Amino acid sequence: MYTKKANLILIVGIIALVLSVFPGAGLICAVFGLVLYAANKAVRTSIRADIGRGLSIIALLVNLVLITYILLFRHLDNAPAWLLSLRESFYATKFYGEFENNFLIDKRYTYISKGLGVTFEVTFFAVLLGIALGVIVALVRSSYDTLKEELKGGFGKAILYILYKICGVYLTVIRGTPVVVQLMIIYFVIFASSNNKILVAVLAFGINSGAYVAEIIRGGIESVDKGQFEAGRSLGFGYVRTMTFIIIPQAFKTVLPALANEFIVLIKETSVSGYVGLQELTKGGDIIRSRTYSAFMPLIAVAIIYLLIVIFFSWIVSLLERRLKSSER
Amino acid sequence: MSADNENKVIISVKDLCKHYNGGEIKALDGITTDIKKGEVVVVIGPSGSGKSTFLRSLNLLERPTSGTITFEGQDITSPSTNINKLRQNMGMVFQHFNLFPHLTIMKNMTLAPMKLRGLSKEEAEKKALELLAKVGLQDRASAYPSQLSGGQKQRIAIVRALAMDPEVMLFDEPTSALDPEMVGEVLEVMKNLAKAGMTMVCVTHEMGFAREVGTRVIFMDCGKIIEENTPEEIFTNPQNERLQTFLKKVL
Ligand SMILES: Nc1ncnc2c1ncn2[C@@H]1O[C@H](COP(=O)(O)OP(=O)(O)O)[C@@H](O)[C@H]1O
Ligand SMILES: [Mg+2]
Repeated sequence: MYTKKANLILIVGIIALVLSVFPGAGLICAVFGLVLYAANKAVRTSIRADIGRGLSIIALLVNLVLITYILLFRHLDNAPAWLLSLRESFYATKFYGEFENNFLIDKRYTYISKGLGVTFEVTFFAVLLGIALGVIVALVRSSYDTLKEELKGGFGKAILYILYKICGVYLTVIRGTPVVVQLMIIYFVIFASSNNKILVAVLAFGINSGAYVAEIIRGGIESVDKGQFEAGRSLGFGYVRTMTFIIIPQAFKTVLPALANEFIVLIKETSVSGYVGLQELTKGGDIIRSRTYSAFMPLIAVAIIYLLIVIFFSWIVSLLERRLKSSER
Repeated sequence: MSADNENKVIISVKDLCKHYNGGEIKALDGITTDIKKGEVVVVIGPSGSGKSTFLRSLNLLERPTSGTITFEGQDITSPSTNINKLRQNMGMVFQHFNLFPHLTIMKNMTLAPMKLRGLSKEEAEKKALELLAKVGLQDRASAYPSQLSGGQKQRIAIVRALAMDPEVMLFDEPTSALDPEMVGEVLEVMKNLAKAGMTMVCVTHEMGFAREVGTRVIFMDCGKIIEENTPEEIFTNPQNERLQTFLKKVL
């Protein structure tokens, strides 16, 4: 049975991650997990095995970084002579000089770590705002499409029509202009009196993302078979309840990967926040560059961090997609 | 059933028209008929003759272009009608079952009674189990629709509608999407329902069912009722030429 092996790989991955507090042991465990995965071709159809492999890779990277750190920097009582001379010669390289100048002196790495925190903060809340806006806009637009025949004129229809038009303008404007321009308008024009840059960025990226999320969700709603809607209505549910109990739960499944993808897109998009002076990850790297007049290390470091984040979340999305597919039965 | 009940008209349809594309397509072209309590009306006719449109107009899934439909004395085509309340009293069964795939069979059957009839979870589940037992599927309550065969799905769809205690049941070709070996089990459920006195309107191509269970057969063509009579008369003594040709093809 390959599920046993898949479970084993998953458990090894988890242990490897936990064992990272003892970097050597974690490293061995991670390598063991990867070898197990490589040796069992049949296991690759299993999501658990893939999660285990992913965890092992993460543990491997973490351990390598930790081991490098311990070997090169950590103060060790009675360190062996070969290690001390290794450190000596490493400290003398040009590479280390650059590294020290860009990241260690004046604790410059904090521009990157704090910037990363801001990037996550802005992205997280912008995604929440984007999803909220997107759901509302998608519901207004698709409810108007389905209800325009049922509502025979009257107040309700007028309100819905106005909302429908407002949502249409919102979609056109937001998707028709660059996000940087929207960001600057919100900061320099609309919120000219406020200096809360994080709030401005959350608003700008949330409002921007909402337009794209709305279309994703509308697609999801439309992908649900029309018969589902009719079945709900024929039982006596009204429009809103049919949507809530029957359509949205089904639409949600199909749009979940696309929504997670929107999060990945946004992480990268927030890198333009420097235009309004918000110190997120990219701006952090740029500040270091302007202090040290050396561009290579800070910018490559920023790029690597984005890349790792994107790879990590793309992996999560792919797992999610597989999970949803397998639950379709 | 008392004689009194037998004559009571539940649904009364007058001059019902449904046009598409601004009158270019006349899916229904002046339908007038009464459906009485306890009747099993079978609607037959060639494809595209307006059978589905007629059936779906009865619970306003299609909005008539003109004409009136009266349900239990109330004109349901008037704008002030509460459509949702009306539909709670008319069960509908579709060709493609339309079970909710994200819910278990039990949830499929209890959702509407709980949310719309205000039944407690226990009451709704008790009732669902009774109905499931009637169609021999009580052991599938916790399954998901995708785990069932077509015939089982359709039997569930029927009892899901019955869980709302409707006055009338509407069937739109309930066996057309089924493999032949599963048609019988669904027709059996419908027969039992008819025997129990349910008022039914069935669009179907199952002539055996029409003959055996139907109290009246309506033959439609081009959006019109061409002929309307007891099954006996329709099948042994068809008057209209188009009905004769149609019967030759399907029998
Ligand atoms: N939404 C629609 N738009 C345009 N024409 C339609 C629509 N729905 C049905 N029709 C037309 O109305 C006629 C009757 O359709 P229908 O009631 O489905 O027939 P049946 O169920 O008897 O096969 C057909 O000619 C069909 O093409
Ligand atoms: Mg039809």
